[in-house]
Amino acid sequence: MTWSMLFFVLVGAVSLAAAAGVVLSRQPVHSALFLLTNFATLAVLYVTLEAQFLAAAQVIIYAGGIVILILFVIMLIGGETNDFVARQRSWTRGVALGLGILLLASLSYSVFQGFNQPPADVTAIQGGIPEAVGQALFTQYLLPFELASILLLVALLGALVLGRHGTVAHTGSQPASPPPSSDD
Amino acid sequence: MVPLSWYLILAAFLFTCGLFGALARRNAIAVLMGIELMLNAANINLVAFWRYSGAVTDLAGQVFALFIIAVAAAEAAVGLALIIAVYRKRKTVNVEELDLLAG
Amino acid sequence: MNIAALTANLHVILPEMVLAAFALLVILADMLRQDEEESRLLPLLTLAGILAAMAATAWIWNRPVASYQEGAIADGFALGARTVILVAAGLATLLSMGYLPRINRQMGEYYALVLLATLGMTMMASATDLIVLFLALEIFSLALYILSGYYRKNPRSTEASMKYFLLGAFASSFFVYGAALLYGAAGTTQLREIGNLLASDHGNPNLLWPGIALLLVGFGFKVSLVPFHMWTPDVYQGAPTPVTAFMSAGTKTAAFAAFVRVLMEALPAQQIQWGWALAVLAVLTMTVGNLTALRQLSLKRMLAYSSVANAGYILVALVPGTAQGSKAALFYLLTYAFMNVGALAVVITLEKIDELDALQNRAAGLADRWPLLALAMSIFMLSLSGIPPLAGFFGKFFVFQAAVEGGWTWLAVVGVLNSAISAYYYLRVMVAMYFHEAEEPVQPRRWGGLSLSLALTALATVIIGLYPSLWTGFLSGLGG
Repeated sequence: MTWSMLFFVLVGAVSLAAAAGVVLSRQPVHSALFLLTNFATLAVLYVTLEAQFLAAAQVIIYAGGIVILILFVIMLIGGETNDFVARQRSWTRGVALGLGILLLASLSYSVFQGFNQPPADVTAIQGGIPEAVGQALFTQYLLPFELASILLLVALLGALVLGRHGTVAHTGSQPASPPPSSDD
Repeated sequence: MVPLSWYLILAAFLFTCGLFGALARRNAIAVLMGIELMLNAANINLVAFWRYSGAVTDLAGQVFALFIIAVAAAEAAVGLALIIAVYRKRKTVNVEELDLLAG
Repeated sequence: MNIAALTANLHVILPEMVLAAFALLVILADMLRQDEEESRLLPLLTLAGILAAMAATAWIWNRPVASYQEGAIADGFALGARTVILVAAGLATLLSMGYLPRINRQMGEYYALVLLATLGMTMMASATDLIVLFLALEIFSLALYILSGYYRKNPRSTEASMKYFLLGAFASSFFVYGAALLYGAAGTTQLREIGNLLASDHGNPNLLWPGIALLLVGFGFKVSLVPFHMWTPDVYQGAPTPVTAFMSAGTKTAAFAAFVRVLMEALPAQQIQWGWALAVLAVLTMTVGNLTALRQLSLKRMLAYSSVANAGYILVALVPGTAQGSKAALFYLLTYAFMNVGALAVVITLEKIDELDALQNRAAGLADRWPLLALAMSIFMLSLSGIPPLAGFFGKFFVFQAAVEGGWTWLAVVGVLNSAISAYYYLRVMVAMYFHEAEEPVQPRRWGGLSLSLALTALATVIIGLYPSLWTGFLSGLGG
């Protein structure tokens, strides 16, 4: 076993433990913090895979954006706890466990069948640095790039729609509504 | 060098964890976190496949992973906004207590 | 790579560019408008955008098949699917005109989201690359999550929205994991390349099977195949009805078009295996959909289960993996768009706005007071149950014909039997309209756009049925 393998095992173990923590913690806040840990370990793995730009994006967007957003929401709505001890329909947990184990077994089986030998080592790749990724994004992958911009526009509009009269806590049942939307 | 299969197994584990979380949790935010785990598992796969493929100059795997991060961010933003909207109306985000629609 | 390479064949995505431009125009117009009255112009602007996108599609049709950056293609199948989606979007806009002001005043965002969702759907129908496919899927899914919760003061609507979001995002992650495994198996994300590599035994078959299975789950959620259909009735019932109409026709067309492309271009060599998987899913989907629809009292839930069953019929056409089958599926989607949007338009006239739904007894005695409305509903119900000479009959006919000629006669028989079961719950609505006394006086709602879309859908359902040769010509013009 080489040092890189040892390193992988360590990082992977932390990552798995964090993932288990996300799923099993009773406090949503703990889940979110475990999620943060998990994302950080993945960023480390991306670096070992020579995808430096992706690692940076992972930290900035996932850890810096998504987890923070999740934490905000948990704090905003008080984070109902103990949802894990579901009173009704606990069979879904059994089903989930069964499905998960089945899926894991089949995935692992196919992976072991196909990749029991380490593939050829590729040295000196320039693929992971921002320059190369940028080049690819703006030429070969221009269409998906533009689509991603549309996607963000949709998300923006969605957040706008859902958040607009958020200050009006209860609007009553009369159909008449909120101030005209043009008043910005 | 770490064999490719190690990365793939790790990804499979993470995906399964996320799947379990998404199915077993009742809190909508926890379900969302499970889904994020599943998306990340796919990302590990993509990057690992890219790194171990013969053609590292073709960045398809990495670019795909980047777009998935963008999608995850958009999904999280909209999803959390929805969760807040539901919470404001119903004072709960427990998916089992949302049962107005049934036939 | 230079600019010329980036702009080559840019016309392939012209309809999408038109839609994006109009979406931005709608947002801009909404910001600049002076008072509430002027917001009436927004749906008209939306319609103009959809018509312009249709014109662009028609214009591309006369040009040679081309592909933009190997990511989107403009072949006959993609253009046909785009047309169906644009038709559904146009009809949904007409339905929204009088409906939206009642539920939410944020009109600019609504119509912009409709246009962007349409963009995502048409893009998905023409995508030839897994990355493009996934992004397009996410664009319209996100837009639809928001649109289905657009009646924000109504808890049913927000609940539908959140359920749709959680299950949709869950399904997306399956899709993505499957796509990642497919990429691992073949080493590329381009569908045709994947097909070539797998055919020449370059790929890694061990990753292929879990990859296909996970993709199937992802698609299964989007087109609501049993057992991935549990979100469908809740979301169809809780979403504002024009949105239900849009998503029932639009999402199905986009997702099935992409599904066909993945199966036919990336995985043609594996047809023997996925054919069986699809056949089993088709039988389950048709049977469960129809049997559950029998028990529904709510019109929208009935139509939701009927849409599950219809997804099963369409799946029957995909099982043999032939070009004839994919054309039959597209034709079915066209007829489905008309008859289902039409049926939901009738539901809009009858529904109680607070419940976002109409029970079947609301239709009782409709024929006495509103004969034309009852006639339109009868056309849709008869067409949905597949009675000749209406559009739905030919949709089913082509689908089952494709199955029989592909060697799947037993599947076609199961389909026909299911069709017979379904006639029961469709005809029950007609019986209520013509033979039952009204329990409570219902004053149907109406506005110009609603009447227009009712007339258009009813006419189309009849005309497609009376002149199927028109459409068989259209089908053969689709190419391979």
